[in-house]
Amino acid sequence: MTLTVKSLLVVAALALAACNNPDRYGAGGPGGAGGPGGAGGIDTTGLGDPNNPTSIAYFNQRVGDRVLFAVDQSTISPEGRAVLTAQAQWLMTNTGYAAIIEGHADEQGTREYNLALGARRAAAVQNFLISQGVPANRLRTISYGKERPIEVCSTEDCYSKNRRAVTVLSAGAGV
Amino acid sequence: MRAALRTLLALILGMTLTGVTPVLAQNAPPRIVIGPGVIEPMPIAIPTFIDEGGAGEYAREIGRVVQSDLEGTGFFRTIGEEAYISRITSFDGGVAFEDWKAINAQVLITGAVSVSGDRITVKFRAYDVFNGQVMEGAALQFAGTTQGWRRMAHKVADVVYSKITGEGGYFDSRVVFVSESGPKNQRLKRLAVMDYDGANVAYLTDSSAIVLAPRFSPTGDRILYTSYETGFPRITLLDVASLARQSLDEQPGTMTFAPRFSPDGGTVVFSLERGGNTDIYALSLGGGGLRQLTNAPSIETAPSFSPDGSQIVFESDRTGSPQIYVMPASGGEGTRISGGAGRYGTPVWSPRGDLIAFTKQNEGRFHIGVMRTDGSEERLLTASFLDEGPTWAPNGRVLMFTRETSGAGGQAQLWSVDITGRNLKQIPTEGPASDPAWSPLLP
Repeated sequence: MTLTVKSLLVVAALALAACNNPDRYGAGGPGGAGGPGGAGGIDTTGLGDPNNPTSIAYFNQRVGDRVLFAVDQSTISPEGRAVLTAQAQWLMTNTGYAAIIEGHADEQGTREYNLALGARRAAAVQNFLISQGVPANRLRTISYGKERPIEVCSTEDCYSKNRRAVTVLSAGAGV
Repeated sequence: MRAALRTLLALILGMTLTGVTPVLAQNAPPRIVIGPGVIEPMPIAIPTFIDEGGAGEYAREIGRVVQSDLEGTGFFRTIGEEAYISRITSFDGGVAFEDWKAINAQVLITGAVSVSGDRITVKFRAYDVFNGQVMEGAALQFAGTTQGWRRMAHKVADVVYSKITGEGGYFDSRVVFVSESGPKNQRLKRLAVMDYDGANVAYLTDSSAIVLAPRFSPTGDRILYTSYETGFPRITLLDVASLARQSLDEQPGTMTFAPRFSPDGGTVVFSLERGGNTDIYALSLGGGGLRQLTNAPSIETAPSFSPDGSQIVFESDRTGSPQIYVMPASGGEGTRISGGAGRYGTPVWSPRGDLIAFTKQNEGRFHIGVMRTDGSEERLLTASFLDEGPTWAPNGRVLMFTRETSGAGGQAQLWSVDITGRNLKQIPTEGPASDPAWSPLLP
């Protein structure tokens, strides 16, 4: 290993130590589909009662944890703006939570392009939330490209739900 | 080269190749010129290799792999044993060429195998039947451990293919790919490597984290890929022999993906995403740090070096839809080369330097295609619900790619196609598989 790579690794390791593991499809995921998780800790947070306005369940179900996008687009729709405005208000009220914004794409595109597109969507949501007053240090983004569809059919019905950015909460003041 | 081979053969086999008397006037040697149009498969005969001691099943199996390699190209047809007039009973005995001519075998491949302990020796000769002589340079001996028996068979087939087509071989090569399992919305992925024909699978990672798009180094000893092992997509460098892994990035809050080696193996080009914007960067593995090669608000990804290392072909959506561009290896805006209707992605420069393979999406279908490096003479080789991510065989004649079926039960498989568009076929794998990347020809 070269010195440069070594030093890069040290920096990367430090960076990792400072953030949560957002791969909720690893060991921490529902159903335990992933087997042993990768490096990095997994934080477990109770979803709580959806009737409790400070719970994650309330955020996911009542506020709405996701926005959808048009084909190849990362522009936030009027409906999306309403959801994100409510998300921002919730996050500013409930300061004990941080969020990782997951960007996703439908399967109509190459793997590499969809990874970049998912990142662009996640960043659009992050920027909107910051513009509404959510501190940047509570938000982090990740792209899954087309790797994690929630709907599995191969028609626009499913594609439209897969082109999404999901705000995933975890307990903690920063990411 | 020829003289060297003769000397080598004389040393190895204790014989000279010039001792054979040619029959009367020379016919043209067996030759297949690969090009457009229909090619009638050349009839050849591969009698079961002779067991020269302890070979057992190896003798028969090696012949089968040679046959499978050659027939798999679509350019050869092996004549069944039941048609044989005479038998090959000794590797160094005489060959009754008239008997092979009579069944229209244009090439006869004879071989012998011996095994002692874990050592195996494979010898072969490929005869030009009509001229009654060994084809120039097509009589060799390979020795090694029995574990490597398939590689020896591939090497026999590579020599024969190469002599007859004038193209480089590609059978003695490996393919790294992503082995998939689980439902579409919770796919498990792990890195695996196999012979080019799907045999000898070995797994390089477990499936605890998503892994994507592995790429071999120019010498085949290292693999770059994108892994979610840390929780976020990161380029990872894997040493094939030790399976040691290291993350290759440096900046928190960014995502890195789509890596490829430079032809000298010393540099990695890849995409780095920061704040939602993806550009192409280069990282020198020997020190020298990170260089940004593109600087645009659009998505720039899927970089691939020209074989001389002077240029990089990549994908950008700066005009609104993904298209293919070429820039100097030092970076820059690049020149668009894709001109047809539709979206273009995953460009890969041919190892011969003459063509660029790509994925094209148009009117709801995906295609694998090739174009010249200036974008001219685009040809689409495949069409399906989802074809993507071509990788070149070491000789630049064959492409392997991912084909995924549609719907809830959709699964990915590996397919290959000749650059003429012929010989489209699925590569057998244990389960679903994606993202193949071909190694160089093994040493």
